Amino acid sequence: MSPVRQAGSAPAAKPPAATGRFVYRPGVITGTVLRIPGARGASVRVQGRALAVTAAILLALLAVMVVSLTTGDYELTVAEVLRALTGGDSGGADFVVNTLRLPRLLTAVAVGAALAVSGALLTSLTGNALGSPDIIGFTNGSAVGALTVIIVVHGSMAQIAFGALIGGLATAAAVHLLMLGRGLHGFRLVVIGIGVSALLLAVNSYLITRATFQEALEAQAWLIGSLGNRGWTHANAILIAAAVLLPPAFLLSRRLSMVEMGDLTATALGVNVTRTRAVLLLVSVALAAFATAVTGPIWFIALAAPQLARRLTRTAGPALLPAALMGALLLAASDVAAQRLFAPALLPVGTATGTIGGLYLIWLLITESRKSRA
Amino acid sequence: MTGTNLPTPRLRAEDLTLCYDQRTVATHLGVDIPDHSFTVIIGPNACGKSTLLKALARMLRPRHGRVLLDGAAIASYRSREVARRIGLLPQTSTAPGGITVGDLVARGRYPHQGMLRQWSAEDEAAVVEAMRQTGVLELADRPVDDLSGGQRQRVWLSMVLAQQTSLLLLDEPTTFLDIAHQVDVLDLCAELHARKGHTVVAVLHDLNQACRYATHLIVMRPGGTIAAQGAPADVMTAELVEDVFGLPCRIIDDPETGTPLMVPAAPRRFAPEDPEDTADGAPAAATDAVMAEPR
Repeated sequence: MSPVRQAGSAPAAKPPAATGRFVYRPGVITGTVLRIPGARGASVRVQGRALAVTAAILLALLAVMVVSLTTGDYELTVAEVLRALTGGDSGGADFVVNTLRLPRLLTAVAVGAALAVSGALLTSLTGNALGSPDIIGFTNGSAVGALTVIIVVHGSMAQIAFGALIGGLATAAAVHLLMLGRGLHGFRLVVIGIGVSALLLAVNSYLITRATFQEALEAQAWLIGSLGNRGWTHANAILIAAAVLLPPAFLLSRRLSMVEMGDLTATALGVNVTRTRAVLLLVSVALAAFATAVTGPIWFIALAAPQLARRLTRTAGPALLPAALMGALLLAASDVAAQRLFAPALLPVGTATGTIGGLYLIWLLITESRKSRA
Repeated sequence: MTGTNLPTPRLRAEDLTLCYDQRTVATHLGVDIPDHSFTVIIGPNACGKSTLLKALARMLRPRHGRVLLDGAAIASYRSREVARRIGLLPQTSTAPGGITVGDLVARGRYPHQGMLRQWSAEDEAAVVEAMRQTGVLELADRPVDDLSGGQRQRVWLSMVLAQQTSLLLLDEPTTFLDIAHQVDVLDLCAELHARKGHTVVAVLHDLNQACRYATHLIVMRPGGTIAAQGAPADVMTAELVEDVFGLPCRIIDDPETGTPLMVPAAPRRFAPEDPEDTADGAPAAATDAVMAEPR
């Protein structure tokens, strides 16, 4: 009875499988398929736009890295930097590049990527653009854990990271409990998360009042979120964390895009939703926790980077790689800007991302609350 | 009629007790889904129809009893293996923002794909075929967000068809659709059942639609037990409807198809004012209405 019923004649799709070709545009689906011909041949789907955007972000990141390594109080040429990096220079350039600038830059890149992927995973799992670890309290939870270690135990980098992880996980568990069995979904999660976040902020302030003057100064500096004085201990810590935690996130991203359609639909398509959710939530909390342990809480990278990446690539799903690169770019660029634009004043990077991110948050809150009322 | 003289069906449930947390939704359900049937599950609100469907698709672990798929307990299968044998259309699904129709339908191929096998010739053939069957092929590159409710339901159905399972479970596929699109979706299901020999199991609200399209009915009563199973012509009686829905009615032949057609009894709405009638409250009024015989 419906006019669409006689669609059998529609010539919209080409006949399937031009098996002889390596590169193939299917027509019914977006993107291009790269294929090794043969019955059991491998095939990979590639989205042209996403690839181009990813490449562009990568280039921008490389440009920022060059600026970061060459400029500053001690100007260097690219050649001098390269010589220092390859160990061919033993003078001042070696010290400036390998001891001062490189660890700080790598920390920025890895922390930015870790925060962005953490945010991409969590917003995707919660189905809410505001469900990022900095908004719903996971970052503040990690900060409480780390701060406790800093003030009470005077712990090492590894101990601080461990404290941050425990704090983040405990917060995730608390938020989960407060959702009263409704799972981590929806606007309710954001509201509860903001409340938990505020509570934890109060705990942080309390911890500082209990500290000696010297400890309090140290803790306060850490709480602003800064890349200042970050050396190889910090860079190595976050690089190892990223190397361990990012691969499982990337491997599970196809499943995550299924979970975005709803738990039932994903299960019907053969995804073990409970396990996928548990693993990815753990990865997300751990990434945010380790990033926070290294630099202190840095706001809005986790919130903004995944959204920006998704909008730019226009992919229907969590664009984890572009998000990671976008996070790295945002944090590295913010740090360079904070160091160079306001020199000689030492502006912590947390202030820079906080200012820009705050404006973004206002816009997001307005659009999201409009959506949730509809 | 069906089921008794046939070999064990591919999908059956044995003595299921189904619970959400502490709340028991259904008890001692024994259900056979006859192969190649169009089975419709009906019953009043909150009788556990959708819950039964979820259990059949392994979305819900039964508190007691088990579901058998192709002779083995469904719980013993890997998730992906179940998805290659049973397609399920849930009541609600979320289309990712900005996704095209073709890309969404292609997601139905997930259980057949892998990290290094993301788009094979079979995937493409299955997706094109599924979209052709549901008539959405020409919408392939349109964003799903732009479609009407009826078109969107066709797209979701198309995604389930792309899974290429011969068992299809549909949870209230007509909800939120206007009557023309309801008939449209049900016609489509009937076509898949008749032409492809698919076994279709659907939860429906409308008794008359159920009787018209089903070859096998499962009628559930409040409290989650089975009231009747069998061909609509055999099970559909005025007594059953009265028993299950508390609705007095007559069953006549559908003038279009000859299948049972349920006509609710006329209420005694226009009876002269009688103080007793109102004083007795709603339940009494309902039993009163039983007596009312339509002219």
